Amino acid sequence: MIKETAYTFKILRFDSKKPEEAPRFRLYRIRVIPGLTILAVLIRIRDEIDGALSFRSSCRSAVCGSCAMVINGRIDLACRTQVASFGTNTIILEPLPNFEIIKDLVVDLTPFWDMYEKVRPYLIRTSPDPDKEIHQSEGERKRIDQFVNCILCASCYGACPVLARNPDYLGPAAMAKLERFILDSRDERPGDVLDDINNENGVWGCDTVFRCIDACPKDVRPTDSIVGLRKAILKKKLLGRYK
Amino acid sequence: MISHDIIIVGGGLAGLRAAVGLCERYDVGLLSKVHPIRSHSIAAQGGINASLANHPDAKDDSWEKHTFDTVKGSDYLADQDAVEIMCKQAPLIVYEMEHWGCPFSRFPDGSIAQRPFGGAGYPRTCYSADITGHVLLNTLYERAVSKGVRVYPEWYVIALVTDNGRCHGVIAFDLINGSIVPIKSRVTLFATGGYGRVYQYSTNALINTGSGIGIAYRAGVPTKDMEFVQFHPTGLIGTNILMTEACRGEGGYLINNRNERFMEKYAPKAMELAPRDIVSRSIQTEIDEGRGFEHPLGRYIKLDLRHLGAQKILEKLPGIRNICIDFLGIDPIKEPIPIMPCQHYSMGGIDTNERAATEFEGFYAAGECACVSVHGANRLGGNSLLDTIVFGKLASIAIDEFLQGSHVPPDEKPINNRLADMEDTIKRIVNNKGERPFSIQADLSKNMSANVGIFRKKDELSLAIEHIIKIKERYKGVYVSSSDLHMNYELLNAIELGYMIEVAHTIAMGAYLREESRGAHARRDFPTRDDTNWLKHTIARFGADGSPEISFKDVTITRYQPMERKY
Repeated sequence: MIKETAYTFKILRFDSKKPEEAPRFRLYRIRVIPGLTILAVLIRIRDEIDGALSFRSSCRSAVCGSCAMVINGRIDLACRTQVASFGTNTIILEPLPNFEIIKDLVVDLTPFWDMYEKVRPYLIRTSPDPDKEIHQSEGERKRIDQFVNCILCASCYGACPVLARNPDYLGPAAMAKLERFILDSRDERPGDVLDDINNENGVWGCDTVFRCIDACPKDVRPTDSIVGLRKAILKKKLLGRYK
Repeated sequence: MISHDIIIVGGGLAGLRAAVGLCERYDVGLLSKVHPIRSHSIAAQGGINASLANHPDAKDDSWEKHTFDTVKGSDYLADQDAVEIMCKQAPLIVYEMEHWGCPFSRFPDGSIAQRPFGGAGYPRTCYSADITGHVLLNTLYERAVSKGVRVYPEWYVIALVTDNGRCHGVIAFDLINGSIVPIKSRVTLFATGGYGRVYQYSTNALINTGSGIGIAYRAGVPTKDMEFVQFHPTGLIGTNILMTEACRGEGGYLINNRNERFMEKYAPKAMELAPRDIVSRSIQTEIDEGRGFEHPLGRYIKLDLRHLGAQKILEKLPGIRNICIDFLGIDPIKEPIPIMPCQHYSMGGIDTNERAATEFEGFYAAGECACVSVHGANRLGGNSLLDTIVFGKLASIAIDEFLQGSHVPPDEKPINNRLADMEDTIKRIVNNKGERPFSIQADLSKNMSANVGIFRKKDELSLAIEHIIKIKERYKGVYVSSSDLHMNYELLNAIELGYMIEVAHTIAMGAYLREESRGAHARRDFPTRDDTNWLKHTIARFGADGSPEISFKDVTITRYQPMERKY
């Protein structure tokens, strides 16, 4: 028989349509079998206890990026976090910081997507396309590996201390995305894209305290991208080209 | 009333590809119940098939060979003209995705890397490690951003408006604001994905309710071949997360409790790389006959990757390794992975032709929610990503041609009528005093896994249908805890559940009537394929008494006469 353990979940509740009711924690007591994830428990709470609880979820396998939240003070995906991994029977869940709450654990990611779109997050080429694939060596492909892995869950955005004080800062994910294209051997974007980020709202805004790296559930290192972009800017200044 | 030339429902690969093809010439609105980047296409792992002939062992691969493998894999139920179109398009769309930035893995010569996959005569599955869906969806979303596609994120479509053979638009639910919104369109395209959540054990995301198929079906659009449900051989025990076929493509073994590579008995030549229907049945047979392993989460078989070595696993299957570590605390470099077959894919869907058109003027469907049919009774691994992008593209071409021609404009009157119906439905759900949706959904999915699973027989199927009819009665009393409409996920579950029950009904009814075994449909009481009586598609329409009305349609055969299927 599988043994159940009693847990207390404290979940922050707030409804932006009812701003007169201040955010407050609600307690849920629930018995949990080992191996259950935070997301599985959230679903049980919504099903069995409180149908009005709002949270996002989809793939439940840490690839879609829907369920980033603060779990006992640490940002992670609810779907890949084991309830039993904290050494305590009390679990506190809060929405991602640096965003407006829509309801409960659901935040408004609009600023995150606005920053993403700002960097022109797509391959830009001036050469005509060949009939077949554009040649790319294994080594060239490997260079973009970690940035390709980004699932746009906004964990890094929520963890970033710069965004907490400067909402105009581009943020870690957008810069990782830009670096993914700058490093891509196929990309031919003009060098002036670097001018847009050559300021305090761009690469020079980063505190380099690596909170984004700690928060990333996919082992992406956005700080590497910011350092890489800074180097590209300096290279462009010295040599007139960034590649 | 919000109005667009074209409404696309679904922000996965099929929907985005269609949007990209149409947004420069038409006013397109793309409705997606999650942000497009969260769509389930993101979770596809292993790859996308195209006869690029990049692999040293595949120099004489061709679209014809890809077609033959697909037709044979389908157990001859696929329409061969449609399969030919898909396989001819395959290299074009793979190159197109590459030109748009898709970061495929590479061979040492700088070409797109390809790996062997089940049921394929050549290594023709193009991939990016084990995150191929992720890179394709990101690339198409990036393309959509570059073209300025108008997206309505977290808008659920809750009804399709049809009248007199014409589609007029949809009724949508804006989750964040809690408003029920009528939308008029000259053309509507559904790219709403599969129905995995109708089953208890599924690799699919929680959003894969199949409600899109149910919505079209309730609006009078026929479905096709719904009884053909793919069970993936290797879902992780407990969570049922997919362990890609690439695990076996890269050389992984399936092992029973006698330490045997048991596939030798079932598919001596192809072994672990037989098509999915065969491998899933083999695993289930081993488990049923007592050669599985015991675990508190269920009985299982081992997927052993250890002999591949750390380097290959880290390079080719890093995502699989992370999932095993995160979700089961197992490192596949050191330990075999405990797996069981789980529902994975719907071969059936909304009845479409090779131009993604349905029987209703102005209504199209593409991707997993549609059934062209290119997969017939069993889909080959690597062909679903291909299907989504090819038919997303072909839908965009067909829709463009339709809009160039003369057609009846959409009418607001049936839209307003349907809006009033849906407002009543939601009012009823909020004020009901019966049962909350989760327990009804749990019973529905348990019923489907128990009685309409890998192996089927008459008495279980008839029991399944009886249960579904009872569940429909219970559903009439469904209610939700909160009367707020905004951000009310339980309310959405309740609305979607009504459509899920209809989808389940078409699956069970098709399976009950089809007295043969073909591809993924395996009847213990009719163990062989019967081409004389059953080489035909099952068409289901919502009948006057609420049950599916079944008819049949011929299969298109061009150059491959049905043969015995051996691997």
